[in-house]
This record gives sequence, C-alpha cells and structure tokens, in this order.
Amino acid sequence: MGEVILTMKDIDKSFPGVHALDHVNFEVKRGEVHALMGENGAGKSTLMKVLTGIYTKDSGTITFEGKEVEFHNTREAQDAGIVIVHQELNMLGHLTVAQNIFIGREFKKGIKIDDKRMNEEAKKLFEKLHIDIDPAETMSNLTVGKQQMCEIAKAISHEAKVIIFDEPSAALTESEIEELFKIIRDLREQNLGIVYISHRMDEIKVITDRVTVMRDGTYVGTLITNECTKDDIINMMVGRVIYEDPKTESAVPADAPVVLKVEHLNAGRMVQDVSFELRKGEILGFSGLMGAGRTETARAIFGADPKESGDIYINGEKVTINSPQDAVRCGIGYLSEDRKRYGIVVQKTVAENSTMACLQNYMSGLFINKRDEKKVAQDYVESLATKTPSVDQLVVNLSGGNQQKVVIAKWLINDCDILIFDEPTRGIDVGAKNEIYKLMNKLASEGKSIIMISSEMTEILRMSDRIVIMCEGRKTGEVRIEEATQEVIMNMATREIG
Amino acid sequence: MKKKSSIFTSQKFIVLLVVIVLFGFFSIISQNFRQYSTIMSILDYSYYIVLMSIGVTFPLITGGVDLSIGTGLICYSLAGGYLITQKGMPVAVGLLVTILLGILIGLLNGVLVAIMDLPPFLTTLCTCMITRGLGSIFSKGFGISWPAAGADGGWFRSIFKITTAGGTKIPIGFLWMLIIVAIMAFVLNHTKMGRYTIAIGSNKEATRLSGVNVKFYHVMAYVISGFFAALAAVAYSAVFATVQPGTGAGFELEAIGGAIIGGVSATGGAGSVEGSLIGVFVICLLKTGLPYIGLQANWQQIITGLVLIGAVMVDIIKKKRAEVH
Repeated sequence: MGEVILTMKDIDKSFPGVHALDHVNFEVKRGEVHALMGENGAGKSTLMKVLTGIYTKDSGTITFEGKEVEFHNTREAQDAGIVIVHQELNMLGHLTVAQNIFIGREFKKGIKIDDKRMNEEAKKLFEKLHIDIDPAETMSNLTVGKQQMCEIAKAISHEAKVIIFDEPSAALTESEIEELFKIIRDLREQNLGIVYISHRMDEIKVITDRVTVMRDGTYVGTLITNECTKDDIINMMVGRVIYEDPKTESAVPADAPVVLKVEHLNAGRMVQDVSFELRKGEILGFSGLMGAGRTETARAIFGADPKESGDIYINGEKVTINSPQDAVRCGIGYLSEDRKRYGIVVQKTVAENSTMACLQNYMSGLFINKRDEKKVAQDYVESLATKTPSVDQLVVNLSGGNQQKVVIAKWLINDCDILIFDEPTRGIDVGAKNEIYKLMNKLASEGKSIIMISSEMTEILRMSDRIVIMCEGRKTGEVRIEEATQEVIMNMATREIG
Repeated sequence: MKKKSSIFTSQKFIVLLVVIVLFGFFSIISQNFRQYSTIMSILDYSYYIVLMSIGVTFPLITGGVDLSIGTGLICYSLAGGYLITQKGMPVAVGLLVTILLGILIGLLNGVLVAIMDLPPFLTTLCTCMITRGLGSIFSKGFGISWPAAGADGGWFRSIFKITTAGGTKIPIGFLWMLIIVAIMAFVLNHTKMGRYTIAIGSNKEATRLSGVNVKFYHVMAYVISGFFAALAAVAYSAVFATVQPGTGAGFELEAIGGAIIGGVSATGGAGSVEGSLIGVFVICLLKTGLPYIGLQANWQQIITGLVLIGAVMVDIIKKKRAEVH
C-alpha cells in the first residue's frame, strides 16, 4: 500500500426527507483494494455517486492527489482519473469491442473513423491487462465476464488512477471471478487505488486489503481485512438499535393451517430450489440483500415470469400457475416493488384501478356497472383510509402511500387470501409507513396470509412472524421471530453456498 | 391536485370548434362550397374514413397502429364485389364475405402483434402489402363495379343515401355514423373490452399483473379495427360503386390522422371514438374545402400534415405536464 490518493471527508448529502450521507469519511490508498460494505440503502452508491459527480455534495471535501476537487459530472471525474465499472454493463451489443472502448472519442483519419487504429490501441490495452479478447469481435458475442473485462479495459484507457467496482462479481461464474481477481491484483500491482463494492463476504476476505463499513448513511469504521473476521464486519453492518418496537413473538400458532406451500421452485439463476410454507394469518418476511432473488421468487409464484420446475400447493391442493390470471384465480395478490410500472395504471381513476383484478363482478350483462364500481371503491377508500378527494381522482395525483392503498384495495376487492407485498413501504414517508404496517397487521389478524419482501431490517424484524432468508437465488435460512436478530439474518444473507 | 377539466377545454370540443370554423370559413369565401351538393359530397366522402377511424382508434389506444385498413378496405370490397358480379351470388353473401374477410385480417394482425409480439407498425405494414396483392388476385387485376343504385341488388346503397321521389338526396348514412359512434363510444367507456383496451395502452404490464387476459383484449383491438375496415369497405362500395385494385394506400393515414387530431394519444392509453369522428371531419373539410378557395390537393396534404403535427405536439405537451406533477 502506498500513500493516500483519495480522501473523502465529512461528506454530507440530503435528499428531500432523507439524510442519505451523514458526515461520511472514506479514503483510498495507491495500490490497495478497499472494500466498501453495508446493507441495502447504507449509502455506498450515494457516496460513489457524489465522488464521480453524479450527485453534488451538500458539504465536506474530496481530496484527490493532494488537491481538493469537485466533479460536476462523470466525464470530469473520468478525465481526472476516477472511473466506475458498473454492475450493469453499459455496452452496445452491435458494435465491436474496440468501438465500444473508444466510443465518444474515436480515432479519426480525416472524417473517416480509423477502426484499424482503434483495434490496435484496444489490443495494447488488453495486453497490458493480460486479457485475450479480439478487439474486432462484436460485443454481444462475448460472455458477460469478457464484456466486463472490456469495461475494465475501457476504464484503464481513461488512464484511471482510481477504479470503483460496483458488485462486479454478481453476474460472473466461478472461473470468471478468478480471472477478474487476477486483473484486480494486476491493477493493484500497477499502483492503482481500487474500491470494491460487494455483498460477498468470502470475496472481501480474498481480494481486499481494507474494509470500510457504512450503515444508514453514516461511516461506521474501517478495518484491515486480514485482522478481522466476518462476524466483526457483520456486527458493524447491523449494529443499529432497533427502536421501532420489533415483534418479540409470533401470535400465529405453530400449527396454523398451511395456505401456501412452495416446493423446489426453480426459475432461472435467481430462483434455485426454493421451498417454503406460508401459514394462515402469518406475515412471512423475505429478507436478503439486493439481488438475492426474492422478487424473482415472488414473480415466479405469481406467474408473472415463467418457472422451470417446482410445485405450488394452496390449502393442500396442488395448483398450476402459469400466468397472473391463474394466480388471481387462486386468490393470490401481488403488490409490486415498482408500483408505477407494475402496480397501478396511473392515468386511470381510483375506482378503475380498484376493480382492475375483478371487473367481472361489477358488470351488468355486457356493461360495467359504474355505480357499483364506485361504491365498492368508495367502501375501500373508507376502510383503508385512503386520502383522495374522490374515487374519480386519477391515481397519478395521489401520494405514494395512498397509491399503495389503492393497490391493496384492488387485491382485497378481489378477495385474495394470500398477499405478496414486495417492498411495501418503498418511497413512502414515515407516517404513511406506519399506516401500511397497521393495515398489514390488521389483514393478518383477519386471517389473510402475507408474504412481505423487504430490504429494511427494521421492517423485517418489526412485521414478520417468521423470516425466510435468501442469498444469490437460494433460500439460505429460515428463523422464527423469537430467534431472529440482525446478526443471525445478516449472517444467512451473506452466506456462500457451493 | 388536478385542475377540473371542463368540456370547454377538452380537445374534442376545441376540434369541434375547428370543424365549425372551417366550415364557416369555406362557406363565406366560396359560394360554390355552400351548396347542398357539396355538403352531400363531403358526407359521402367521409363515411368510409369515419368507419376506419372508429376501428383504428382501438389499436391506437393500445399503443399500436393498424396500417392495413386502407388497402384492406379495397381488398374486402373487391372480394365481395367479385362474388356478386362475377359469380352471381346475392348481394347479402357478398357483404358477408366482405365483413368476414376484414375480421380475418384483423385477427391475423392481432395474433401477430399481441401473441407473437411483432411490432404493430411493421406487422400491419406487411398485411397492408398482403391485402393489396390479395385484392388484385380476387379481381384478376380488373376494377369491379358493385350493382348500381337502381339495378338489381342495388338496395344496399340506400343504406347510406336515400333519394326521394322528388329527387332530393337524404344522407341517411350520417345518421348511421352517429349511431355507430355512440355504440362504440359506449363499448370504449362502459365495457370490459374498452376498459382493458385503455388499460393496455397506459400500462400493459400492470394490467397483466392484475390478472387480466391482456392477450385476448389486445387481439380484439385489431379484430375491431379489421371489422370496421370491412364496414368501411361496404360504405365505400355503396358510395363509389367502382373499386380499383391497387388503390387504398393512404386511406389509413386519413383515418389515423383523424383519430389523432380527435385526441387519441400518439403513445396510447387515451382517446375517444367521438373525438375520432370529429377529427376525421377536420381532414374531410380540408380535403374538400381547400380546392374551393383555389388550393390544390398538394396543399391539402401539406396542411393536413401540419395540423397533425400540431395535434401530436398538444398530446406530448400534455403528457410532459402530467409527468411534472
């Protein structure tokens, strides 16, 4: 490890209603791989966005190579030598490798683009990285791993001094990760500073020199990787006090009837051999880090995405669910994490959205009975305390919390007994959150069964009767609320299998 | 909160005003324009476009388009007319075949777009070419004349126009247009078919995840379009009698243009049948009226194009405003 190349000091950043970064400190030395860790929403990405000029900081200083800097966009950061390799690759599949690497700054011969020279330059880059890729190959013909290497080569071509890797291994196979690590070690040899964001504890131990942990937008501490254990890191990640009264015991009897049973569900890489049971009146929390496959599991159960194999039983009876229509017929309702895209039709009224799942019950012969439709919508506006001037209001004009209530109404009107809440309080302010929680508890006590996917640990511990933990497409654990602690859950959520 | 939108600020109302102003303008400028016969010819000319426009409103609202209705119209008419004039079949059979063929092509479009996931623009462009060729094959390359008004089997022509004993022509077709518009407006606003058509256009995925059989309703939007193209074929045959193979391309643009001017969102999710009706009359008035003030057909096309751009811009600005809120 050499001298410090980058220091971020007292970085503060607020968004309306959220204190995203609270006086955070972070530094990177030349020739080190520095892990940045924390739960979902801890502020890692925000910090890196402040660094690369995507967000403007409210206060604090960034010192790079001894000079105070402030970048206004990624281009400026790039020019100074700070480059980010994103998790999602920003590659243009139809162009060649070299064309991708030099996009926006093509070599030219007169007015003609000099593809030959670009190929040569790309080749030199690859040689420097000891990678074997043909620069003239079309990008979409490469594997994800190779594409990522091109992304790294592109970063190097900017004469990067600090490279940020944002969950680089998420999409890679075992052997590709090996290769990635070789390249990262190479870059370390060349005295570059490397920031490595990842949830994979084992990788952190293998590849990084130091670990900085963030939690809820604050800086928790920095450890030397060799001198700490996985438990040390986890304790720093979750060491918050849960002040919003966690559930201490479940009110659901252990022998309550099983309403939904999922066996050996497989759907792509993100859902592998998932099995669990949901009991009547229970709130079953699904915990895990980003990309654990929880939403994918829910969507596969609901028939929104195709599944490869696995059985689903409802009240003991085996059912076939190949489409959302089938799921709705089975009494399952799904509240998406992305309401605007998947939950509601924003340019339609509260009443029209409310009856979307069961319009057939509000027909007089061939015609929609708008009086009945409005009446039932009004009933649910009242019972869920949805704030809207009338049921004729367009949903786009409601607040997040009230939009969520419209979606809940949609499924309740359809008389669904199984409700899947995917991040039920995302984008909803604190007051409305509590209302949604109350509502979920009320529904459960009335005998509805709820699956709640949540990335917020406090929400999981506050609401769940039982918790299923997933990691990388697999179920890695299941605990009753009585035994659940943040440490137990985080341990399972970062476990590596195989 | 939403500003209360009154009928006076709605696009339909504004376009209706435009129709009235245009009509007034042409009437004042040109003496020849304000003749009963001119109004008759505007109406005669409008029927098939109105019908196509009503139908195409449905795919447009789903966020798609149907380009096959123009050449389709000619194709269906040639097929029906061929059976009547060359094979001696009763007019009723010819009409039935015309209608069935339209439904069939609509179904083909619907299956390709909604089930096979092909892009609507290209799909219907292909069926546009197919129907054009098919029409020529039916008629062996010749024009076909449907039975004349007085002739045997000419009864169907009086669906659209009655000539009284005194020789006065009564445009009864306009009454039919109003009735059909009322029915289809009701379908769009008060039935599952209409509700889901709009829902698909504004958020297909959310609609699917609500357990709606989106594929079925998406296909049906194109079937409706095909059916109305066939009705338009009947109207066209009744008004113009002679149908030439190889024509029809461009009809669809007038129908689609009318729908867009009448307030159908260029990106789907919103629109009305009555709006489309009014929009078509803007186009028809421009087409028939401009020659009376000395502007030739080329100008009519340029002006129609400009009006369309204006209509699309209004739609996009509305969308952007909605996003800001």
